[in-house]
Amino acid sequence: MRKQVPVQDGLFSWGAEGVRLIGGRCTDCDNHVFPYQSGCPRCSGAQVVEVELSTEGELWTWTIQGYPPKTPPYVGLVGDDFEPFGVGYVELPGELRVEARLTENDPSLLWIGMPMTLTLLPLTINESGEEVATFAFAPKGFDHE
Amino acid sequence: MSEVVIVGIGMHEFGRHEGISGMEQGVVAVRRALADSGLAWQDMQFAFGGSKSAGAADLMVSKLGLTGLQFINVMNGCATGGSALFSAWNSIKSGMFDLGIAIGFDKHERGAFRPSTSEIGEWYGRSGLALTTQFFGMKINRYMHEFGITRSTLSRVAEKAYRNGAMNPMAWRRKPLSEDEIENSEMLSYPLTKYMFCSPGEGGVAIVVASAERARKMGVRPVFLKAAAVRSRRFGSFEVTAPHLAIERSEGPTVDASVAAFEMAGIGPGDVDLAQIQDTESGAEVMHMAENGLCQHGEQEQIIARGETEIGGPLPINTDGGCLANGEPIGASGLRQVYENVVQLRGHAGRRQVPGDPRVAYTHVYGAPGISGVTILSR
Repeated sequence: MRKQVPVQDGLFSWGAEGVRLIGGRCTDCDNHVFPYQSGCPRCSGAQVVEVELSTEGELWTWTIQGYPPKTPPYVGLVGDDFEPFGVGYVELPGELRVEARLTENDPSLLWIGMPMTLTLLPLTINESGEEVATFAFAPKGFDHE
Repeated sequence: MSEVVIVGIGMHEFGRHEGISGMEQGVVAVRRALADSGLAWQDMQFAFGGSKSAGAADLMVSKLGLTGLQFINVMNGCATGGSALFSAWNSIKSGMFDLGIAIGFDKHERGAFRPSTSEIGEWYGRSGLALTTQFFGMKINRYMHEFGITRSTLSRVAEKAYRNGAMNPMAWRRKPLSEDEIENSEMLSYPLTKYMFCSPGEGGVAIVVASAERARKMGVRPVFLKAAAVRSRRFGSFEVTAPHLAIERSEGPTVDASVAAFEMAGIGPGDVDLAQIQDTESGAEVMHMAENGLCQHGEQEQIIARGETEIGGPLPINTDGGCLANGEPIGASGLRQVYENVVQLRGHAGRRQVPGDPRVAYTHVYGAPGISGVTILSR
């Protein structure tokens, strides 16, 4: 099996217990952010600590990317290999709504409010032969491995 | 404080123009605005100008004349033109100057805007996120869910845009399309199809402004710039290219800019006779109608079905075909709306003239990363 590397360091971690998004929590007002950033957009506080965000939530809104994004910056499949893909905001209760790729691309199988769970999504193979992955959400109860 | 009067307007045709740079299109717009006002470039005391992709506006003085005027470059995303006009408005209002010009122009590569996500992180674009079209699809999808807007309303808005564009010699897309053609075109970002989206394009617009005293001496029939407001996003709003949203929700910058502009003008939404509002895609026009206070959320479905936003209706919207028919040269787009409103208030819009002698006209632009600009004109 190929070695997997993240699309960018510091965005998410994964190990025995699965994928976790690395966000921030403001120690003054408890507001959450993703990705981690040093300042709080809610209260202007400067004390934001790193936290792992929840891995499950509900789909808040979504679309299907129907045409290949420009390369660069996109590193996934384009041209004849392109397949439309889902994009959505998933609400992680008590934290925030995170924007993410969805593993589902059929409009008839996506609906606002559906339960979603965090997973990894392979994007491309880099020049070292490693699989570059980003985070994504999958409909809960579906196996996309 | 002096009132601010628009005394000249000029535009370079929107569309695709091989062999002419974005800045040259800006220069053409300036020359046409000066001709319209009966003034010369040497009369201009100040200029505010900008583009996103076609260079620094102040370089155009080498073609227009090196007069030593105060020229300030403005770059504020889709609100570039609105910001230039706000700055011009302030310059007159302050009493510092009594005659100047706001300029916007642009020229973009073909296809959707290429995401630039250096501020957010390379992962965002690399992962296939960060596309403005995705935001528009997701915002209208949520809005349809909350307020019962249907897909046929989205097609109707686009159908109106191309029909109005067909009556506008300055527009890019002047061929009417049927609702079926629009609804059945390629699905770009569900629920939005190809013909529900505007395209990045080219063009230029210039607006000459003067103090009321100066305009009176010139003997022109005044169109007053009653308000120009620009607002950025507040915490909790839902904006383009946002890797996360707060669960707590607040009004977006359009609501804030609109409220501020109505307050500056001392009038309310009920006084507006026609409006040009940001229709990057047809869902945006629907949502922006309510965000600008022109109706309640959810009322759009019936208002549009009844044809109330048509040129002959009680509230004509995007009479020049909007972004959908004109395309979006970012630096020029907001000033294109002001240009159209001046044409309409002068009664010079020909076949697309709003009937009934309109007196108050409204513009609204919206863009990344969550910025809105509103102007109100009256005569």
